[in-house]
Amino acid sequence: MSVTTLLHIDGRPVRVKAGSSVAAALHVNGGMGVARTSVTGEPRAPFCGMGVCQECRVRVDGRRMLACQTVCAEGMQVETSA
Amino acid sequence: MTAMPLAHCDVLIVGAGRAGMAAAVAAAPSGASIVVIDDNPAPGGQIWRDGPGAALPPAARKWREALAHHANIRVCSGTRVVAAPSHDELLLEDAVRGWRMQWKKLILCTGARELLLPFPGWTLPGVTGAGGLQALIKAGLPVRGERIVVAGSGPLLLAAAATARAAGAKVVRIAEQASLAAVAGFAASLVRWPGKAVQALTLADAQYRTSSRIVSVQGDGRVESVRLRQGGRDMEIRCDRVACGFGLTPNTQLGQMLCCALASADTGAQALAVDAWQRTSLPGIYAAGECTGFGGSERALAQGTIAGHAAVGNERGARQHERERAHWNAFAAQLHRSFTLAPGLRQMPKPDTLVCRCEDVPLSALAGCSGWTDAKLHRRCGMGACQGRVCGDAAQFLFGWAPPAPRPPLSPARIATLAGLAAPLNDVDRQ
Ligand SMILES: Cc1cc2nc3c(=O)[nH]c(=O)nc-3n(C[C@H](O)[C@H](O)[C@H](O)COP(=O)(O)OP(=O)(O)OC[C@H]3O[C@@H](n4cnc5c(N)ncnc54)[C@H](O)[C@@H]3O)c2cc1C
Ligand code: FES
Repeated sequence: MSVTTLLHIDGRPVRVKAGSSVAAALHVNGGMGVARTSVTGEPRAPFCGMGVCQECRVRVDGRRMLACQTVCAEGMQVETSA
Repeated sequence: MTAMPLAHCDVLIVGAGRAGMAAAVAAAPSGASIVVIDDNPAPGGQIWRDGPGAALPPAARKWREALAHHANIRVCSGTRVVAAPSHDELLLEDAVRGWRMQWKKLILCTGARELLLPFPGWTLPGVTGAGGLQALIKAGLPVRGERIVVAGSGPLLLAAAATARAAGAKVVRIAEQASLAAVAGFAASLVRWPGKAVQALTLADAQYRTSSRIVSVQGDGRVESVRLRQGGRDMEIRCDRVACGFGLTPNTQLGQMLCCALASADTGAQALAVDAWQRTSLPGIYAAGECTGFGGSERALAQGTIAGHAAVGNERGARQHERERAHWNAFAAQLHRSFTLAPGLRQMPKPDTLVCRCEDVPLSALAGCSGWTDAKLHRRCGMGACQGRVCGDAAQFLFGWAPPAPRPPLSPARIATLAGLAAPLNDVDRQ
């Protein structure tokens, strides 16, 4: 198994340790790992880390997924603002 | 309309944490066909998470191997429950498909979530749950060099701080809301549970302060500092991240959706009611672990083992673990006594603090509401993606409102999966 995984977040290539969650990759991509904006437009990042708050939802290869419960795979296309 | 697959098993276990794993392994020698489903990418539950930032202990590996060793146990990771189409069936979904699973015995091992309470700034990127931060780090979140403040209540704060420090972060403060007397009393009680005392010693921390709580978090688009109140004194600490947790709340949603009765746990929080055999109020449905009340992983293990034996009719096997369960039930009770939340925490949110993070509903909008239903219908509180799992717990603590009754879908699901509820069924082999 390769030690790193390359994926794309909003079109930008991001390299993470193999086995990382998409939530971790959002942070590696820069800043505090913002996943989406709230209904009034505030930036939001993963909060509960365990699939409860739904604040980390993103689109992964076109499917809506929770970043904290999704493991990065080679070539994955992640879109924030899901 | 394409047909929806219908699968069958003897024992269906929801949740692959310590309770679920123990239940599966206890039930396996009966030869029953067992399916364990869990929404996380790998079995292990909240403690035994895998990932580049996790050092999986040998015990976790041993349990995983035990699951793999039994040919009649099938583990479906990355799978969540969406609905209950009939009394002996659940609708499930993973990343690619939806299917219906029919069971003869069902064991709910859905664990607990953190109680997250609102304070000014709690929606800023960089604020996470305490156990949440631990989970994110295990899954690879890099925190090396970050200054972190951990705040809230309970032993989980120390565990989260230890995980952060091991990952290279600088833990600049651990703020525990309970008093020194309460925490000292808890530490003294640990002579009855020597293993826990050793664990507590290894987690001891020079930055730990009691009677200490969050006032607010400041920052422009991300956490820059936190204001804490210790005793009567306020102080501001510069930091990059704040991890907060105020104890745990049992995940009862699935049980409630199935109409299992609830009981008040020691904390006052609602938990799934179970008898000595871990049976819920409904025939054929058992519950074990933290969904029956928060009480630590050893208790979850004992309860899971009893539930697994009981579900396959092995009463003798179940009985052998009763003493162990009683031992850890007593520990749970001590934990709850020591870390009771101070009423003053209800003053943390200000009028403009958002209580519902999904629909951005501030405290001021809830002040005049008569209860949860009123808040939901007129203020949209709890109407967002988390379905009140965060704000419902907060509103219960702040206003004493009974938590929202769950409705299907239990978690946001794809249209194709939901359409399967009405689609013809395609019976597939036993799993
Ligand atoms: C964030 C967090 C961190 C913790 N860290 C520690 C620690 O470091 N040390 C410690 O001693 N204790 C810790 N605890 C306490 C710990 O949860 C318990 O002691 C122990 O894990 C309980 O085991 P369990 O099997 O009851 O539940 P869990 O381990 O919580 O397992 C329940 C599993 O069920 C899954 N699940 C729930 N609902 C569904 C559904 N509808 N569909 C599919 N899957 C579902 C969950 O994702 C989870 O994997 C932590 C708790 C939390 C919430
Ligand atoms: S961080 Fe809360 S659901 Fe992912």
